Amino acid sequence: MEEIKKKFGESIKVVFIKPLRIKIQVEPRAIVEVATFLRDSMGFDHAESAGGTDYPKENQIEVIYHLGSYTREDLAAHILSLTARTSRDDARLPTLINVYKSVEYHERETFEMLGVYFEGHPRNERFLLPEDWADIPPLRKDFRIKGR
Amino acid sequence: MTSLEDKFEESKKLGLQIVRESEEDRLMTLSVGPQHPGSGHFRFTVKVDGDYIVYCDPDPGYVHRGEEKMCEYRNVIQNIPHLERPVIHDSSNITYSYSLAIEELAGIEVPRRGQYIRALASELNRQVYTLYWLAIYGIFLGHSTMFMWPTGDRELFIDLLEVLTGARVTHAFNIPGGVRNDIPDGFKERCLRQMRYFQKRLKEYEDIFYNMPLFRQRTEGVAVLSKEDAVKLGVAGSVLRASGVPYDIRKAEPYDIYNEIDFKVQYMKTGDCFARSYVPFLDMQESCHIIEQLLDKMPQSGEVRAKLQPNPKGPPGETYRRVESGRGALGYYIVSDGTPKPYRVKISVGSFRNMLALPYLLVGQKLGDMPAVYWSLNYWPVEADR
Repeated sequence: MEEIKKKFGESIKVVFIKPLRIKIQVEPRAIVEVATFLRDSMGFDHAESAGGTDYPKENQIEVIYHLGSYTREDLAAHILSLTARTSRDDARLPTLINVYKSVEYHERETFEMLGVYFEGHPRNERFLLPEDWADIPPLRKDFRIKGR
Repeated sequence: MTSLEDKFEESKKLGLQIVRESEEDRLMTLSVGPQHPGSGHFRFTVKVDGDYIVYCDPDPGYVHRGEEKMCEYRNVIQNIPHLERPVIHDSSNITYSYSLAIEELAGIEVPRRGQYIRALASELNRQVYTLYWLAIYGIFLGHSTMFMWPTGDRELFIDLLEVLTGARVTHAFNIPGGVRNDIPDGFKERCLRQMRYFQKRLKEYEDIFYNMPLFRQRTEGVAVLSKEDAVKLGVAGSVLRASGVPYDIRKAEPYDIYNEIDFKVQYMKTGDCFARSYVPFLDMQESCHIIEQLLDKMPQSGEVRAKLQPNPKGPPGETYRRVESGRGALGYYIVSDGTPKPYRVKISVGSFRNMLALPYLLVGQKLGDMPAVYWSLNYWPVEADR
């Protein structure tokens, strides 16, 4: 952890360190660089999931990647959460598809469910929702289920 | 001798309306599903060049229910019955990691007997799921006996779960704080008796299905997923273990009482369709041993459920907890803002992750191998859509 902090300094913030779980928040412009470092030097070789959370009060969307390791036994139980925040009005983040192949469908899902455009992702398009979906992204907090 | 090119030019001069065949013309697009009898509620398009698949694009979403959004409207206990809908055959496992996550957020301590019982329910449920999966794999390859036998033996486990939980498929048994009710009288003996019978049956499965030359020919060496690719694609569960990565959440990050249980992580190194279909079978054998140990080591008496407040809630925070389900790691990322309703629930399922391997494996295979490859991925469409 110290190593990452030293290497990336200002653009990284450690949110919490719990047993087996670490969460770090990075600046969007540094996310690809940090992810590459985590993969190559730290041994986090795949992303288990990626998703996002909407925070309308702060006018932000947080995108979170849960990184794990299959190859290093000492990291098998660990999950490193890599997060980045973007503005709700123009939600854009660089894609991690070139670092972690496994985020391809997760990012596509995040795009349609939260409206975060992943720059560099080949297919920011509909995935799980119906083809004729004509509403705001459903996992944003201002989308309400009818009758609720 | 005139070349083909010359002939073509000559025919143009003669005014013949000959159109040169382009590469695209040779390809035929086929849509598999969503009404295909085996694909489940899932569609993927394949392009074939003759007999070979050259392109594949999965198109899920036919059974997308918005589980994650629905969670934000209900309190943590009300969420259980709808969270098990995505995979009703494995409903104890899908609510297991949810319970673990809520317990961590709300600081609930589970009694030891409760921990054992819910591990038992989850192992029985894993058998139900795997048998159902195996039945469909059998019929996919035209082996109708392998459809009938597991479907019949699955009833044993369904009956056991019915005695234990009161419901045949959707149990809503694992809840934050433990399990809903205690084991009924005589359950242990009945369970052990049926487990002995089932282990005998497993040997017969091996003889009639896994050792059959036809099955071997259709699956061995087909659609090999290398260890490197498996790690890169982030696949989970039996698909990962078939490619030579011995990774099982029960061993890697033991939850509840799994560190007291003695079991092996079953894996194979070949990464082909055969390995992917044989690893779940080995898992079933291992699961039988786990169930026997669980019944044996279980505390004889005690509470099975922690006493909860009417609306359990904890301080604001977030957690990511996972268990090993029938299809691999099943994780819940839950953000709580301190109210009884979760602020955000993200379900990370093995099926969704294994779907990424489908285009990788299908391209280059023959169309006739498509069912064998597709179902070997241990993919449950409803769970992937959530």
